[in-house]
Amino acid sequence: MLKVSRNPVVDTVAKLVVTAVAMFAFVFVVMVPLYNVLCDALGINGKTSGEAYTSVQAGVDETRMVTIQFVATNNEGMPWEFGPSVNSMKVHPGASNDTVFHASNPLPDAMVAQAIPSISPSRAAAYFHKTECFCFNQQPLDGESSAEMPLQFIVDRDLPQDIHTITLSYTIFDVTDMVRGAVAAR
Amino acid sequence: MGDHHHGPAKGLSRWLFTTNHKDIGTMYLWFSFAMFILGGAFAMIIRAELFQPGMQLVEPAFFNQMTTLHGLVMVFGAIMPSFVGLANWMIPMMIGAPDMALPRMNNWSFWILPPAFLILASTLFMEGGAPAFGWTFYAPLSTTYAPPSVTFFIFSIHVLGMSSIMGAINIIATVMNMRAPGMTYMKMPLFVWTWLITAFLLVAVMPVLAGAVTMMLMDIHFGTSFFSAAGGGDPVLFQHVFWFFGHPEVYIIILPAFGVVSQIIPTFARKPLFGYDSMVYATASIAFLSFIVWAHHMYTVGMPVAGELFFMYATMLIAVPTGVKVFNWVTTMWRGAMTFETPMLFCMGFLVLFTIGGFTGLMLSIAPADFQYHDSYFVVAHFHYVMVAGAVFSMSAAVYYWLPKWCGKMYSETMGKTHFWISFIGFNITFFPQHFVGLAGMPRRIPDYALQFADFNMMSSIGAFIYGASQILFLYNVIATIVSGKPTDKEKVWEGAEGLEWTVATPAPYHTFERPPAVR
Ligand code: HEM
Ligand SMILES: [Cu+2]
Repeated sequence: MLKVSRNPVVDTVAKLVVTAVAMFAFVFVVMVPLYNVLCDALGINGKTSGEAYTSVQAGVDETRMVTIQFVATNNEGMPWEFGPSVNSMKVHPGASNDTVFHASNPLPDAMVAQAIPSISPSRAAAYFHKTECFCFNQQPLDGESSAEMPLQFIVDRDLPQDIHTITLSYTIFDVTDMVRGAVAAR
Repeated sequence: MGDHHHGPAKGLSRWLFTTNHKDIGTMYLWFSFAMFILGGAFAMIIRAELFQPGMQLVEPAFFNQMTTLHGLVMVFGAIMPSFVGLANWMIPMMIGAPDMALPRMNNWSFWILPPAFLILASTLFMEGGAPAFGWTFYAPLSTTYAPPSVTFFIFSIHVLGMSSIMGAINIIATVMNMRAPGMTYMKMPLFVWTWLITAFLLVAVMPVLAGAVTMMLMDIHFGTSFFSAAGGGDPVLFQHVFWFFGHPEVYIIILPAFGVVSQIIPTFARKPLFGYDSMVYATASIAFLSFIVWAHHMYTVGMPVAGELFFMYATMLIAVPTGVKVFNWVTTMWRGAMTFETPMLFCMGFLVLFTIGGFTGLMLSIAPADFQYHDSYFVVAHFHYVMVAGAVFSMSAAVYYWLPKWCGKMYSETMGKTHFWISFIGFNITFFPQHFVGLAGMPRRIPDYALQFADFNMMSSIGAFIYGASQILFLYNVIATIVSGKPTDKEKVWEGAEGLEWTVATPAPYHTFERPPAVR
């Protein structure tokens, strides 16, 4: 056994203090990253990848149709008008699809927003690939203006056969203060 | 160590500066009792509001503050410090040590507690009110939507966490280094064993709790987004971190209680514990398993099926070592020459009611069934059976059992038994009906409920008032014993008792085992 001190009590205490500090650090350096990695890898919580999908699918599966529904929600206190241009579309797995969401800022001041996507059923998250998405970046908007925000996606050909409908939901958050705070801190 | 050979100092400074394990134990015990009364007062407000359906007495926001503070004060202020107090008093006397290994740190770990709870209680008077997000303080309720007082809440959790860690380190250092010659690990009384394991759990998970509240603090004040989806974080992460602390925490609460019961039952059954070794191994396996079951509190967050199954089976596995313990206590009593003094009554009450709580725990551990039970009064009934009838009953047993040794006076057996029976009946009237309203769908943490639940809730409230009143009787019994109990100087207060603490004079002198005893 490692000996820190000749006094056995000091030795015990030193080891225990190290353990306690290590457990505190464990939360930040192990639990948080591990949770994020696991969620990414398993697509749990309907979390989708935050990066654009770049691989190529083996071709379009014309024999299959999947319904994609779009849902848009404003987080509490978010004044923007935000919604999909179409409520749902039917797509073939493997094909690339485009749509847009629109957002408008009714307030006089410029704001920054962040949309957070979520997939339901969460099992489908790993098979829903976004090649382009406004959710990859923050959305600044001047006061009293609006924008069209593009979304491009591919449904994986390996999507489990029993899934016929995928719901893609976005919640839009006001991150103006967070962005300003980060700039101010710098 | 100059103050080694005289008695206690006089006046207030005795208590402020004391490094004596008995003084500190006494302070912990009184402090925890004060917190028990405070938390109990919050509970009385909750039950008064729920006496009838409809909004009766308090605002919903205040009701939520009451459920939150009730849970926090009972878990961190009443139950945990009471067992630390007991550890301080008994562990040195049970292993033949003159004091705790770190007497000065012992003083600090006690004295930072009252300020922590003063801060927590003072949030009631702050703008926006006290924390109202439940004792489990799930984000984002406790971050984005928290009242401003949440910062004080976080600070008080940090301080009381420090206190627990210091107390735990002290206990481990004492048990590992201060045992009398010949007191091998496998000769230690079970109370010492269960506390040693509990202390390791504390050192492992209190820092995790500190990490959780630190992340909250950073999210609230420093612009991080650990738990905020807007910044790429995830509120579910909070639940994982919290319950990684929280499930071991429930064993931190119950293991010392197991230790107490394992001391008392053999005394009044006049037989040695049926299986000492199996008891030690069962305790250790419960402690180990407690680290891999946390997500049974989170079956409904949308885990993958594999996760649900893993946590379900792991949770069910805990029933095995727990069963080993229950059968151990029962077989210890089997064909024993039993008598039913107050401590024994409380232990038997513990045994019956804790087992009921264990069974409802097993029901809750079934993931698909838990989707119905979760966040209902059924869960409330479950954890009050294990925490009140488990931890609090065993604490009452411990007080009646060792009080004569502490103060050299006998309590009144009639009054003790009265306390037990009123507690036992009051407790069951309070919490048994909660199983039924829970199964019928009454959610927890609400100030109002559907009319169909009215009768059972009224029963619950009446039971709660009875149970609450019986704790005033407890206070009376303890004070009456200290002031005017029948003096006793028998070293072995109970004829069937075993262990070093029964070899010292009664009442226990200020300093014991200054020279280590011989252990056979
Ligand atoms: C056989 C042993 C046990 C099993 C299988 C078990 C299982 C469970 C499960 C599955 C839940 C989650 C219920 C839900 O929220 O839907 C739960 C809740 C709880 N259990 Fe146990 N339990 C056991 C023993 C204990 C013990 C010994 C204690 C403490 C002394 C305890 C304290 C609690 C608490 C405090 C909660 C509720 C936490 C909250 O949401 O506020 N349990 N238990
Ligand atoms: Cu648990």
